[in-house]
Order: sequence, then structure tokens, then C-alpha cells
Amino acid sequence: MSDRKNVLSVENATMQFGGVVAVNNLTMEINEGEIVALIGPNGAGKTTAFNVITGVYAPTNGRVWFNGEKIVENHPHGKMKKMYKGECADYYHETIEPTPDKITARGMARTFQNIRLWKSQTVFDNVLIAKHMRRSSNLFTATFRLNKKEELKQREEVLELLKIVGLEDVKDELATSLPYGKQRRLEIARALATEPTLLLLDEPAAGMNPQETLELTAFIGEIRDKFNMTILLIEHHMDLVMDISDRIYVLDFGTLIAHGTPAEIQSNQRVIDAYLGVAEDAED
Amino acid sequence: MLLEKKQNNRKNIISLIAVALFLVVVLILDQVILPTNKMSMLLTVLQKGSVYALAAVSMNLLNGFTGLFSLGHAGFMLLGAYTYAIFTIPNAVRDTVYMYYDAAIRFSLPEVLRNSMGSLGTVLGVIIAVLLAGLVAAFFAWLIGLPVLKLKSDYLAIATLGFAEIIRAVFQWGKLGPVTNGSNLLKSFERISTFKLTVGATTIKLSTFVPVLIAVVCIALIVLLVNSTYGRAFKSIRDDEVAAEAMGINLAKHKMISFVTSSFFAGVSGATMAMVLGIAQANNFKSNMTYEILLMVVLGGIGSISGSVIGSVLFVAASEWWLRGLDSGVFLGINAPGIFRNGFRLVVFSVIIMIVVLFFRKGIMGDRELPEQLGKLWKKIRGLFAKKVKSEEVADHE
Amino acid sequence: MELLQSILPYLISGISVGGQYALIAIGYTMVYGILRLINFAHGDVFMVAGLVMVYLAGSMPLYFAIPLMIIITVALGFIIERVAYKPLRTAPRMSVMISAIGVSYLIQNLALYITGGLNKNYPAIPWISDRITVFGMETSRVTIITPFLTVILVVALVLLINHTKIGMAMRAVSKDFETAQLMGIKINNVISMTFIIGTFLAAIGSMLFFTNFIGVVPTSGAMPGLKAFVAAVFGGIGSIPGAVIGAFIIGICESIIKGLDTVLMVNGSITEQVGFATFSDAFTFALLIIVLVFKPTGLFGEKTTDKV
Repeated sequence: MSDRKNVLSVENATMQFGGVVAVNNLTMEINEGEIVALIGPNGAGKTTAFNVITGVYAPTNGRVWFNGEKIVENHPHGKMKKMYKGECADYYHETIEPTPDKITARGMARTFQNIRLWKSQTVFDNVLIAKHMRRSSNLFTATFRLNKKEELKQREEVLELLKIVGLEDVKDELATSLPYGKQRRLEIARALATEPTLLLLDEPAAGMNPQETLELTAFIGEIRDKFNMTILLIEHHMDLVMDISDRIYVLDFGTLIAHGTPAEIQSNQRVIDAYLGVAEDAED
Repeated sequence: MLLEKKQNNRKNIISLIAVALFLVVVLILDQVILPTNKMSMLLTVLQKGSVYALAAVSMNLLNGFTGLFSLGHAGFMLLGAYTYAIFTIPNAVRDTVYMYYDAAIRFSLPEVLRNSMGSLGTVLGVIIAVLLAGLVAAFFAWLIGLPVLKLKSDYLAIATLGFAEIIRAVFQWGKLGPVTNGSNLLKSFERISTFKLTVGATTIKLSTFVPVLIAVVCIALIVLLVNSTYGRAFKSIRDDEVAAEAMGINLAKHKMISFVTSSFFAGVSGATMAMVLGIAQANNFKSNMTYEILLMVVLGGIGSISGSVIGSVLFVAASEWWLRGLDSGVFLGINAPGIFRNGFRLVVFSVIIMIVVLFFRKGIMGDRELPEQLGKLWKKIRGLFAKKVKSEEVADHE
Repeated sequence: MELLQSILPYLISGISVGGQYALIAIGYTMVYGILRLINFAHGDVFMVAGLVMVYLAGSMPLYFAIPLMIIITVALGFIIERVAYKPLRTAPRMSVMISAIGVSYLIQNLALYITGGLNKNYPAIPWISDRITVFGMETSRVTIITPFLTVILVVALVLLINHTKIGMAMRAVSKDFETAQLMGIKINNVISMTFIIGTFLAAIGSMLFFTNFIGVVPTSGAMPGLKAFVAAVFGGIGSIPGAVIGAFIIGICESIIKGLDTVLMVNGSITEQVGFATFSDAFTFALLIIVLVFKPTGLFGEKTTDKV
């Protein structure tokens, strides 16, 4: 595809809940520095795919590579063996199901579709808590304040991050008191605080007006350039997606129906069919 | 940033001075108030208040700060109380305490150390026994935590409650009698009334000072923990577990840290309870004790350490002292033995608690802390009295 | 044969105790099914039913006392829900659970005040407390009646839930609280009805339970209450047949553990007392922890997945 280093590679991922196949045999690749969008109508399985990649769900079948390391793998076993409706059932034989924090520790961070900030914490603390994972202190040194240097360094880094996302002036306010758009920015700042190489954004522009969406589009580009970040995003705002993405994957009913550059996707008949009216929206 | 640091330092120094002053006052009260004095109730309140304050704060660490609803506190306190009692019974009286059994453990930490180090050894022995009490409770917490911490809210509550009941049964089992004295009580171990320091000809009584000191030190440790990076991680788990995990916080590990730490301090508070009461009996550590501690936490405000301290001291003061009259015929000068008889105090008490639970859900402090509230109040007062100071204050802020 | 003979009395009393637990467990499981609340006060309502009976029987004939006792208990259950749980409908689950613990504390203290902490002798109810002989062992008639009565009541309840309008509403509410509300189901009526049914069964249960006991004290309800709750969890919380089966299993196990020393000594497996009886309560909780860890949904519970 390109000569750039592969960051994320999803192989034949299938997620089946009971008898319902939410994601069916999804294969996708993301290379370093790319912004890739995952789109599709509501209920197409986009967020489920996110959850599989980030370790919230163990896939029923399939494998995920991240920066050249195998991070998730599963195959239909136990009860699922009989019920399995997907493909490629005998491709994989291992079961690797790390908890989400292990995956985050490897350098993958995400935001949530329905903002999940820590309600009782200030803007500053929301970002600072995300730094917890990168500590070198232990329970003892942290309790007795023997980690002062590290604590100060982390606080400075957080302040720096808040400056970048433009939330410095509200740092001592409760996270939930912020307007919607700023909460989304805060979630991104929090994800960045975990020092990721791949950022996953789940509908970052949901509920935003056109002006805010425009700002966000610029903001995402900025992040990519500033942090040399690779970004995978789910989005319904087609202007944003077409504007910003290097490549697009389209899901419908859990299955990948198309994949290519924004221009290719816009003219793809299957995508237009899947979206019906929505695809026209994307063209203006 | 630098200014913030300076202000923080000042706050810390003020807090330290306040705590030190409080300890000195307690030490003086210990000497001045005689057991026959009417004010000796104050000492009782301070002693039992320390026990419950520590128990409530340690429960708050788990329920209020980490959002793990556990009801096993009485069980961990039992472990602490028994560990402390067993290791501080003097050998000379051990056989009278274990009347029906052949005592298996035959050494008393304070005694052993006293023989080699003199009176300092007694103190050291007591300290080691208290630490041991905490460690035993923490160890059992780790054991039970492995399977149950995965459970969600109310399932965790009922599982830990069940665990406490199991512990209570095990400690009353006749087969363990040589260690636990079966269903009989443990007594004659080191208790607060014997704690004193002899310097030359003067004797300094420490019977209130010791439990208060233990509580102060332990609560200070919990405050440090809660305000550390680990404490922040706990709060994030409480606020949103999924987000916390997605941000790289290992749920299993952090829940375990919180559970084990909380149980360690519950064990210490159990040991302190044993040394205050002078007896330890498994049957006293029923689930009702857990409920009472939980209600103290609620009274003070879930998620506030100073709230838990205030809540538990109020609880103890009201039930041991101020509302005594409700049980014994005369209250606020009203003489009505028909109504004010045994048990009325607890009824009034439970009604007050229900009112708090239903109408003042945040309790006394909510999730705020006393020092910062006092600080705000102080600033307000200063602002009211001196305009000049106020303008300085504004400059100070910028 | 000798072993069977020695185990039989414990088995029979276990079935009986199981039936009594079942009647309490239904109250827990129904309330949990609808409100997701462990109603800690339920065991204490059960104790109050016993106390009310003691006081009523002292001042009026039994055929007045029994219905009146049932009415008072049901009224208490209804009031508790309206006063202590309804105002917290939108509050976090932890607050409601704390409120339940508070109510339990209040009821116990109130009972302590009224009785002065003394053991109150439960009145002998004619016919059911008569001594009879079954399989060569003497027991009171209530022991034999309990399981049958329990099964009859449970069948009636299941019919009510499956075939009446209010039953349908209950099922709807327990499936999805908010949607049921949107569909025009009067949620408060359904919840009240749940508490009324739960406390009614607990009142019947208390009559059967205390007849076999020396008397009622303020803490009499705590242990049976907790065990009934464990039974509900064991059977799969929210499931009525599950709660009943769970209750019978726990009742039987507990009773056999109580008699295990005697049975094993008759059998010759042990020569001196081991003290298994100490663990009759602990066993229930050990079972609880095992069930929660390995099959948190119990024997008949439905599996749910959390949505992210």
C-alpha cells in the first residue's frame, strides 16, 4: 500500500454476541502517520470494532497486530465453537485477551462515543490521572511523596497538553461543567496524556455544529503533525471525514464493503447504496 | 506553579501544627481528667472515637474513594482484634484465659521485648502487635480479594459480608480453640488503662493518647495515599471504571491495593478496639458493626475523610454521652421514664440517620474536606474585616 | 439403613427450613429483579411479623390475630418502600442500598426498644404446632406442612405473574425499567405490589418459622434474611423458581451440617465431636462466594453484558 511502517493491522476479526455477528471478518491496516476513518451507517459495528482493537471485547475470532506485535488473538472455542457463524474459523489457535489497560500501555489510546470523563475531577486532574500509567513510583514512594520530581514533571506535561488543546484557562473547573465541544477536546487531551502512538477517536464531532466541526478538523490535523500521531476515527460528519482522511474503511452490517481514498469511496456504488441519502450529503 | 507550591507548603505546616496541638491537648486531658470526673466521658469518646474514626476512614477509602461497595469491615476488624489480643496476653495469665483449651501460642510480644529492653519494650511490643494485626487483616483481604473483587457493586457487598460471617464462624470453632479460645472471650491482654510512661517519680498516663495517636497516624497515611497518584487512580475507578481502564489503569491491581490497604487499617482499628475495650470476642463483630461504620461514613459524607472522622466522633459522642439521658429516664430536664428507657437512644439515633440518608444524602461534608472549608471561611472572615487585606489577597492570587 | 435413619430428621427439618427460606427469598428476588436493590430490611420485616404476632396473640383470638398480623406486615413493607426507597428512585444504587441498611438498623433498634431486648415467646398455633410422628420420628406438624404450603404459594405466585395484567407489568418492569415506564406502566404501583407480595409471603414464612423456635428477638430476622438472600442469588437472582430451589438446597445443607457430628458418630466415621455445627451459617456464605465467583448469574439467572 505504502512504504510507511505498519502500525495497526486487524486480521479477520469477527465479533459475535450470542447469535448476532456484530463485526464480520474485518481486515484493515493503518500505517504510521495516517489518518484513517472507519465509517458506516448506525449499527454497522464500528464501535464494536474499536472495542475489539482496544481490548474491551475479546473478538470471537481473529487477530490484531500493533507496532509489529501480536496483541489480540482468539478463535471460536468453548460454547462458541458450535454457534460460530463467521468465516476463517480455523485460522487461529491462540487466545490472547489482554485487558484494555495493557493495550493502552503499549501506546494506543481512545476516546468514547458517549463522553466518559471522570465527573468529580477537575479538567487538570482528568488529564493528570491518565499520566498515572506512565509513573515510575510505587505505592510506597507515592504515599510518602518520594516521587516529587516525577509528580512535578507530570504536572508540567499536563499543563503543556492543556495549552495545546486550549483548555488551560479552565483547568481548575470540573470536567463536566465544560461545554460539550470542550469536553470532547478534553477527552482527546486525556488520551494524549497516555503517550500513545495510535489515537482512536470514536465520533469526535458528534453533537457539534458546523463551526465546531471545522475547528475540530483542523485540531485533529494539528495533533497528527505535532505528535507524529497515527489516527483511526469513527465519524458520521462526512465533510470532516472526506476532508481529513488519507484512507477510509466502510462497514455495513458488520462487513467491510469498501476501502480506499476519499475520492474512491465517494464514487463507490455499494457505499452510496448503503448510505442512501447520506452519501449525497458527503458530496456538498 | 511556584506560588501554588508555596501555598501548599503553608497549608501543610498549618495542618501539622493543628494535629500536634490536638495531640498535646489529648495528652494533657489524659492527665487532668480523673476516671471519677464527669468529664471522663470525654476520654471515652476520644478513645472509642479514634477506633471508629479509623474504621470509618478506612472504609471510606474503599467505598467512597474507590467506589467498591464492601461490607466485610467487621471481619477484618475481628482479625485485627484477635491477632492483637493473642500476641499480647502475658504468659502468666494465659492459662486462665484459655480455660478450656491448651493455648497453642505462648508468647506475648510486649513481654518478650520488655524482658530484653525494659519498659520501652512494652511500647515496641504493642506497636509490633498492632502492625501484625493490620498485616493479618491485609493478608486475608488479599486472599478473598482475588476471587471477589471482580464482582460488581451489590454482589461485591454481599460476598464480602458473607466473608465476614465465615471468619466469625471460623474464630468460634472449637477445633481452633487453642488459638482463638473458641467462643470464649480473650482478655487480660495489654490494654490502654495500663499504658503509662514513668519518668523519674512522675507517671504520664497514656490511655487516651495511644489510641488517638494510632488513629491520627493511620488517618494521616490514608490522607497521603488518597492525595497521591494512586489516590487519583482510585477516584477515576470510582467515577468511571471503563474510562479508567482505557486510560491504562490496571483495575484488578488498583482495586486490590485499595482493598488490602483498607483492610490493613481496619485490622489496626480492630486491634485498637481490643486495647480500648480490654476484651475481644468474635460474637461482637457482627454485620451490624459494619452497618454502623457505614452509617458513620454516610453521616460524614461519602468521599470525605474529615467527614468520616466527624461522623464517627459524633456517632460515638451521641451514643456514649450526649444522648445517654434518652436511655435513663431524664433528657434535657424532661423526666419521662416511660419513654426514656433502654433502647430509646438508638431509636432516635436511627431516625436521625434515616433523615440524613433520605434528605441530606451528601452528609455533613459531602465530598469536601474540612481544612479547605476552614481555609475558605478564614479568607471570607478576613475579607469582611479588612479591605486592605482583601486587596492583597487578590494580588496574591494572580 | 442406620445412617439413613439418623440423617432423616435433619433432612426433614432441612426441607422445612428450606421452605421457610423460600418464602422470604421470593421477596428478595422479586425486589431485586425490579429495583436491582438488595432489600436489607426484608429480614427485619420478617422479624417484625413474628413480634406483631406475639403481641396480637396476647390480646385477641388467633383467627383475628393471624390476618391482622399479615395486614400489618404487608402495610409495613408498603410503607418502607414508599418512605425509604421511592424518594431515591433516581439516586445511585449505592444510596438506595444504604437506605435499606438504615431501615434495617431502625427496625432492629425499634424492636429492641419495644421488647426491651427480651426474648418473646411465640404463641402456639393450634393444629400446626401439634406434635406428630412421621417415619418413626416425632416432630411438629408445621415441619411437614411447610414444604407443601410453600410449593402451593409459589405455584400461585407464578400463575399470578404469568397470567395476570399486574404480573405482566412486573415482568416488563424487571426486563427494562425505563421502557416499561414509557409504555405507560404505572411503575410505582408495580413496585408497591412487588413489596406487598414479598412481605405477604414473609409474614406467612414467619408464622411457620417461629412456631418451631423458642421465641423472637430483634435480631431474629437478620440471619434468616441473609440466608434467604443467598438462596435468591444461588438460584439466579430475579428468578422465582430459582430462589425456591436455592432455598431448599440451602435449608437442607444447613440442617445436615448441623447434625453432621451426630450422624458421623452413629456412622462411626468420627469418634469425637468435630463441631461442624459452627459452620452451618458459614457454609451458606461459602456457597454464596463460590456461586458468585464461578457462576455469578446463579442456577437460573439470565446473562447480561455491559455496554460500553
